[in-house]
Amino acid sequence: MLVERNDPMLPRWYRIQHRREELANTFTVTLEPQDHEDIPVFDCGQFNMLYVFGVGEIPISISGDPAHPAPLIHTIRAVGNVSNGLQGLKSGALIGVRGPFGTPWPLALAEGKDLLLIAGGLGLAPLRSVMYHVIAHRKAYGRVTLLYGARTPEDMLYRQECEHWRAHLDLDVAVTVDRATESWRGSVGVVTRLIAHALFDPAKTLAFVCGPEVMMRFCAQELEKCRVPGEQIFISMERNMKCAIGFCGHCQYGPFFICKDGPVLPYYQVKDLLRKREI
Amino acid sequence: MPDYDRLLAAHPFFNEFQADYLHQIACLATTVCYERNAYIFHEGDAAEQFYLITRGHVMLETFGVERRGSISIETIEAGEVLGWSWLFAPYRWHFSARTLEEVEVIVLDGVSLRYMCEADPMFGYALLKHMAVIIMQRLQRTRLQLIDMYRADGG
Amino acid sequence: MHSSPSINDQLIMQCEQFEQLLQRLQQREYHVLGPTVRNQAIVYDTLTSIADLPKGYTDEQDGGSYRLKQRHDDAFFGYAVGPHSWKQFLHPPITRIWRAKRDGSSFHIAKEDKGIPKYAFIGVRSCELHAIAIQDRVFLQGACTDPGYQERRQDLFIVAINCGQAGGTCFCASMQTGPRATFGYDLALTEIVDTRQHFFVVHIGTELGAEMMDGLVCQQASPDDLQRDEQIVACTAQTMGRQMATSPVELKGLLARNLEHPRWEEVAGRCLSCTNCTMVCPTCFCTTVEDVIDLAGEETERVRKWDSCFNLDFSYLYGGSVRASAKSRYRQWMTHKLSTWYDQFGSSGCVGCGRCITWCPVAIDITEEVRAIYDSEQKE
Repeated sequence: MLVERNDPMLPRWYRIQHRREELANTFTVTLEPQDHEDIPVFDCGQFNMLYVFGVGEIPISISGDPAHPAPLIHTIRAVGNVSNGLQGLKSGALIGVRGPFGTPWPLALAEGKDLLLIAGGLGLAPLRSVMYHVIAHRKAYGRVTLLYGARTPEDMLYRQECEHWRAHLDLDVAVTVDRATESWRGSVGVVTRLIAHALFDPAKTLAFVCGPEVMMRFCAQELEKCRVPGEQIFISMERNMKCAIGFCGHCQYGPFFICKDGPVLPYYQVKDLLRKREI
Repeated sequence: MPDYDRLLAAHPFFNEFQADYLHQIACLATTVCYERNAYIFHEGDAAEQFYLITRGHVMLETFGVERRGSISIETIEAGEVLGWSWLFAPYRWHFSARTLEEVEVIVLDGVSLRYMCEADPMFGYALLKHMAVIIMQRLQRTRLQLIDMYRADGG
Repeated sequence: MHSSPSINDQLIMQCEQFEQLLQRLQQREYHVLGPTVRNQAIVYDTLTSIADLPKGYTDEQDGGSYRLKQRHDDAFFGYAVGPHSWKQFLHPPITRIWRAKRDGSSFHIAKEDKGIPKYAFIGVRSCELHAIAIQDRVFLQGACTDPGYQERRQDLFIVAINCGQAGGTCFCASMQTGPRATFGYDLALTEIVDTRQHFFVVHIGTELGAEMMDGLVCQQASPDDLQRDEQIVACTAQTMGRQMATSPVELKGLLARNLEHPRWEEVAGRCLSCTNCTMVCPTCFCTTVEDVIDLAGEETERVRKWDSCFNLDFSYLYGGSVRASAKSRYRQWMTHKLSTWYDQFGSSGCVGCGRCITWCPVAIDITEEVRAIYDSEQKE
């Protein structure tokens, strides 16, 4: 039967090319479309809806290089029915994909400015695309700093890549863990601690923050203490998304539909809401 | 000998202090360098110094038999201050401080600072107020560590 | 000499011609829907003739209360709105989005291609015209359009009715959404009934509306008829059972300023989270999607169903629900309806139909909740 491409609720089938275990319950899949046609281009920070046959659909941010949209790359943590279903799939299995959806990190706005990327936990996944883009267009930006906080050294995502980025002379990379293991030689303490020690010109800095909501809230407060204006801080929000096109209403956050007005939002627009519970 | 008046005035902890206070404190200052993996102080020892880290990273740590070796608590780095046990009875270090790399510190004689606080309440208030900010920041950071925000279920 | 009717004409239509209009719509292959009595309520269903209309009935509505009563005349539209709204046809409670079948290591998707009927709605109230326009903005005027809604909406023929009687929970006058139909109809009727006569003043809104009236024996409405039409609707506006404390635009800021008001806790103490208010609301559009898989795991279908922000799972995010308390869910519903709807779609999401008040089992009244918050600000 003919499938209409213009129905935004219809997925395309992608085959799992390769899967890689990242952490205990976190894995990365690379995907190629079954129809062998082009993969849509995406902007850093956007997400796709991934569908497991008979189980359901979840939003997952894209973690690949925007300059090379093929294959499609997603890092997924198994926490619910669908993500557990995804974890059970082997290479060669088919999944449905809709997207990309949502607002991107405002990279064009960051050109000529210092760029401060702050990731917490799995929040590094949507910022990895930004790292790829920035490294490929390094001259377009001033100082580039990545601050990454993880739960423990074992919970650090993309650890080898972080080491690789740290070796770049024109990138500042600082990593910290909430809880160290004995062999850990690096920094211990919450990620907000790293902000005051990073080198950036607050008036000319764009900060992209991604992680658990509580982490983003305290990072944004710390950034403001360091005199980064709220207009220059961007966060990536997460809410329950069912349709990703603003129809189902599930992902509402005050006036915003996180699926289409977000996930990336300027901090000053959500600052007051972030202070309120159960919005 | 380094110009401690200037160095202290440039440090975030002391930059709001009056010049005459700074000069008195500068008289208590020396600079010490540590190798990597050296202990600046040990848990339980007499606490008599106040450290301003000017280069490198230091780990605050403790130990236990359940977890062999050291238990890391928090990293303190250049630009921050280290140690407040010299200010409060029983004047013993609560944790140990170990260098993670080559570290340079300005060491201030804590016992003399304490006498200055007692003798001049204006000075004492200024020092305690700045120390309270440091203690508050460390407490807030510790609380964020405690909530375990990256837990797999979203914390 | 007979002249064809045209847009903005005002005609007098007798009951006999009304019946002919319905027959004509059916001949043109419209699925004609309108009010009818079922299970002691006036609901929307298929009409085969004007005999299916709730002739001689009225309703008594109040918080948590709805009763049908006999009228002293034969009015077809002498009541307010019932538990149904037109959204059940344009945005159905359950739709299959697609189904897929496993085929070796591959899947085949079959989109729903069930023919969608051409609908004619009879007796659409002004508040409901506003509600349809609001859902149009949700489903048709954003970056994405809902193809199913578009298909159901595009051939819709609307016969509106100007309200001749306000219900006990009606407050469209204060929401500026009625009681007179001012847009979005093909034909709008005002029913005039007394001991001597029973007819309709017909306002023609579109070319298609004019075409449907063409050939029906109708006179031009006289100035007297039009004056009666005016009086009837003006009287309805004066007798609304409920009233919002302030204008719809003011409500936006009022609620945005009061997200932490103690009133939310109070209303949450009564709210049962039963979702009735969202189901009967003609503008609530939220849905969920469920997967239904056969036992063999070979065939699955994705089904879209109406959902409600009062359901605990609505805001589920791995660890649990974002809005775990009844207070936060009620606040979400009401602030969305009256405040953030403006940010999202440029208007209020409330049309003052009063259904949420009538069908709330514990008689929570949105106008009363607004007034409590409004009054507390006046005291400050």
